[in-house]
Amino acid sequence: MLRLADGALILAQRLGEWCGHGPALEEDIAFANIGLDLLGQARLLYTHAGALEGRGRTEDSFAYWRDEAEFFNPTIVELPNGDFAQSVLRAYLFVLYQQSLWARLIASTDAELAAIAGKSAKETRYHVRHLGNWVVRLGDGTAESHTRLQRALDYLMPYTAELFAPDAVDDALLAARIGPALGDAATAWREPLAATLAKATLVLPAASPFLSMGKRGQHSEAMGYLLTEMQSLARAHPGATW
Amino acid sequence: MVSVAPTAMTTIEAKVWAALQAVPDPEIPVISITDLGIVREVDCAAERVTVVVTPTYAGCPATEVIKADIVSALRELGITSIEIKLRLTPPWTTDWLTPAAHAALREYGIAPPHITLDGVTREDTHAITFKPRCPRCTSLQTECLSEFGATPCKALYRCQRCREPFEYFKPH
Repeated sequence: MLRLADGALILAQRLGEWCGHGPALEEDIAFANIGLDLLGQARLLYTHAGALEGRGRTEDSFAYWRDEAEFFNPTIVELPNGDFAQSVLRAYLFVLYQQSLWARLIASTDAELAAIAGKSAKETRYHVRHLGNWVVRLGDGTAESHTRLQRALDYLMPYTAELFAPDAVDDALLAARIGPALGDAATAWREPLAATLAKATLVLPAASPFLSMGKRGQHSEAMGYLLTEMQSLARAHPGATW
Repeated sequence: MVSVAPTAMTTIEAKVWAALQAVPDPEIPVISITDLGIVREVDCAAERVTVVVTPTYAGCPATEVIKADIVSALRELGITSIEIKLRLTPPWTTDWLTPAAHAALREYGIAPPHITLDGVTREDTHAITFKPRCPRCTSLQTECLSEFGATPCKALYRCQRCREPFEYFKPH
């Protein structure tokens, strides 16, 4: 649960960084809107996680009062934004991953999780379409945009291995029919990705043995800075409300 | 919108529905929260009023304001014990907007979602290729300027005939 929620929250934070810096007003708004949807998904998931745990933790305790090793988002979402090409592609890779998960979590034996998946799937479909259009536009655009997108793809692809590499937690969730079969999800992710990359005239880099460990709480050096910024207000003013 | 037949409603239930009918959407004040289709159920059993609400977009900040507005509207009726439940299933869809909401949106300058989702997959409702009608001059010669607008539920369009930009309530 926290893996799903943390992934959405941390990418929302990165997309929020673009606010006021987008290459055009429309894309500034698009990133902010997608980030807001992800934040909404994270809130629902944290609230549900808190209820399951039964120790009174709220969405805010999860977001603001855990330290780096207690976050279980995949490493790919915490990486710095880089240029617009890298931000677009990273968000696309992640929302496509979310889409492959929601489609399976709708059948989860956890009814609340299934409901959250059903709700989120509708929003994610719009994100996938919008970001996918951008991947094609930039990849099949000018020589400069193509070069930048290909560079982003080469950089980001190794971080996607973690998304579909099951560990003991994934296996236990699958056995309880709460979580999805990551192998099936990987197939559902690769097919539309391959189609989009073909249209975008981009080439997948060769598979690498690298496996990031964000979902086990071992993060990149970027994570500490991100959390420091995200959590500073709540920690400087404990209990503050809007 | 799910609503109980008036004959089956208790007096207090009818009053609550009427009060909710008067609560405007915080972002689009020309439509009420019942027009928006997010009020799913009202239960007035045992001295306590329970209102079941289905959120539009999970991250929409208006949801918080709506909850507070429901509480204050019911307090004005003298109801003190109020519970607001969020229900996610079935997920909210723009199909739940009432005909009155469509008319009010158009009048306000927002193109209502013109596609029902029955039998139409969402991929068919591509915001760029599937064009809404201009709410001002009714032309279908419109273009998408931005797939995301000032609120999560809207996209930005421009009419190529009257040249006016307008917002489009995205089918969802």
